[in-house]
Amino acid sequence: MSQKKQEKLIDENGVRLDGRKVNELRPLKIEVGILGNADGSAYIELGKNRILAAVYGPREVHPKHLALPDRAVLRCRYHMAPFSVQERKSPAPSRRELELSKVIRESLEPSVFLEYYPRTSIDLFIEVLQADGGTRCAGITAASLALADAGIPMKDLVAACAAGKVEGQIVLDLTDVEDKGGEADMPLAFMLNANAITLLQMDGLLTDEEFKQAVNLAVEGCKQVYQHQKDALKDKYMAAKEAVKEEATEE
Amino acid sequence: MTYSTVAARIKQKRIAQLIARGKRLDERGPNDHRAIQIETGLIERAEGSARVRLGKTEVLVGIKIETGEPFPDTPNEGVLTVNAELVPLASPSFEAGPPDENSIELARIVDRGIRESKAIDLASLCVEPGKNVFVVFVDVYVLNHDGNLIDASALASLAALLNTKMFNYEVKEGEVKIKPGYTPLPLRNHPVAVTFAKINDKLIADPWLEEEQVMDARLTMTLDKDGKICALQKGGYGYFTTQQVFEAAGIAIEKAQELRKLVVKE
Amino acid sequence: MPVFYERRQLVTPGDLLAENDYMTGENTYKENGKIYATRVGLVEYEERRVSVVALKAFYVPAVGDTVIGKVVEVGMSGWNIDIRAPHPAMLRASDALERPFRPQKDDLPSIFDVGDLVIAKIVAYDRTRDPLLTILEPSLGKITRGQIVEITPTKIPRVIGKKGSMITMLKQETGCQITIGQNGLIQVSGKTPEDERLAILAIRKIEQEAHISGLTDRVTEMIKKEKGEKEVVESVTEETGKTD
Repeated sequence: MSQKKQEKLIDENGVRLDGRKVNELRPLKIEVGILGNADGSAYIELGKNRILAAVYGPREVHPKHLALPDRAVLRCRYHMAPFSVQERKSPAPSRRELELSKVIRESLEPSVFLEYYPRTSIDLFIEVLQADGGTRCAGITAASLALADAGIPMKDLVAACAAGKVEGQIVLDLTDVEDKGGEADMPLAFMLNANAITLLQMDGLLTDEEFKQAVNLAVEGCKQVYQHQKDALKDKYMAAKEAVKEEATEE
Repeated sequence: MTYSTVAARIKQKRIAQLIARGKRLDERGPNDHRAIQIETGLIERAEGSARVRLGKTEVLVGIKIETGEPFPDTPNEGVLTVNAELVPLASPSFEAGPPDENSIELARIVDRGIRESKAIDLASLCVEPGKNVFVVFVDVYVLNHDGNLIDASALASLAALLNTKMFNYEVKEGEVKIKPGYTPLPLRNHPVAVTFAKINDKLIADPWLEEEQVMDARLTMTLDKDGKICALQKGGYGYFTTQQVFEAAGIAIEKAQELRKLVVKE
Repeated sequence: MPVFYERRQLVTPGDLLAENDYMTGENTYKENGKIYATRVGLVEYEERRVSVVALKAFYVPAVGDTVIGKVVEVGMSGWNIDIRAPHPAMLRASDALERPFRPQKDDLPSIFDVGDLVIAKIVAYDRTRDPLLTILEPSLGKITRGQIVEITPTKIPRVIGKKGSMITMLKQETGCQITIGQNGLIQVSGKTPEDERLAILAIRKIEQEAHISGLTDRVTEMIKKEKGEKEVVESVTEETGKTD
């Protein structure tokens, strides 16, 4: 089979395949509290990513021996639906999903007041319904909102965003195609008030200088995501307020 | 005997206090690794092997090369696969069973270092495109856990790969036929991992077990031979500020050079 | 004395509410002299204290609270009760019997069985153990009549109202007996199912609009409207002789 000439991922004007500039986030849509049974939930669309996050807890720990005497145990399951990717993925948890479950849990732990609820568990579930690069970041963004929606006391929201290097340039929020064709992908999660990086991973190749640029760009991306998170939480409660105003004007 | 793996509270306090003053329980400075011993070629049946002792942490890596099918999206390339076993004899806290999140994370960090630095030229391991390629199995076997399994495993993997000799072969009728003699596996890069722990807001390199039990978070950086970062992993339930991350990068680049010299003979 | 929001503005976790001189009230925490919200809710500034009235929070048991729970398991010497809290609660057989429990003679399921609802009080609770209940007071015990409605526990104070104003109005207007569990469960018991329905509708409205002012008036109006419509429908069906 002959090789098709690779389409450039970034053109001469700095425009990417999906029309974005190098430092632009994909379109982001978030809804909070969309699942009926979960104690807290959130749904996120980031570009073509479609991800659901839900929280159950604080609740009794099962199995009991996993309970901690002085704080709640945060458990996280990141999972991709078989139809979420180009080639059907087996429903059994892969090594990648297990690793991501761990790092996502560790990205959210610093934000929750776990010490308030000893001998309980807070169970987080992230389901990727459709994937297009940056799923762990979008998952963290949604999971943080699900925790807030569950009424679990938090120090701050955790926002996540990836930066990377594509065709020699440092870019924000890589799609799957950019991740596969680029030189580096670096997911990062951030807690604003503490200026804290709670998730940091990278695969690819970056010089020290490029690394600094990428971190700074990712943090800027997180700040934008953070705003969206706040707005999504407020929207949920404003809706009730508006409904009452309308009722009043009708009479 | 039953050993509890819970760290005594007073020891935890003492470690944190010392670190605040730039000292550690052994005689190391904040950026020093423990004494390192490397031995290679100890497992004859493996194509390559190495054992690293980092302080009392001990990791053995064996390399096996076999033939197999390539991945569908890279039909012309050989396959690299890294697996890590936290065998029960290495620590009272390790249990027998399928790999848990810790051993999976360890394997994937070591894998990233080798893969992203393109240390192995996978294209040269293709026998018949789409059908037959060489698979390089890097099996990390932790023999004693006394902290910082990541750096020890990455170093042992590098040493084992450098020690690896591939059997000579020819391809007859699409089949690999082994010929006498060996050729060293060509390595194009030499990734080295450097791990930091954050304790009481201070960064220390190469945490040993008791320091790990007290730390809020760890940050691993893997550097290639040109000082480029090829893998990063933050772990633990705490966090790092951007300042700390940049500080760690600066130290890691130097440290990696030092560690690399122990393995790669000029 | 910097404050960053207006009274009753909606805040989210991590929002900076005040600095330095203020003290931390409910649903806030202080770090480096700055006070932040820990939950989504409405910020309140009092004299020297800033707090957040949470719009959504789960129930955390407190000794002395009256709660409504469901029996989920009959144990060896008591019952496990789901009180919609992070931990299940325990009711000891000796408490229900008001004397020591005799395993040979006393049949626990005949006193309370799985699925029964009880009104109880929390007598003990701390970080090391699950909440312990009692039903020794006269108003406590198995629930046998009426319906249970569940609302988010943070809205319970609204259902009670200032000095009981809301709950008094509800009881009057609907003619129902209303027992409130601090854990968000409310028992409504009326002369007819329609009366109970009215009370439940009112309670649901309170939950939806708890954070908007003028609530008592709106709820009273809604109840009157519902009752008024009912009376109109009844008179119409009397005239036409039709029944639905």
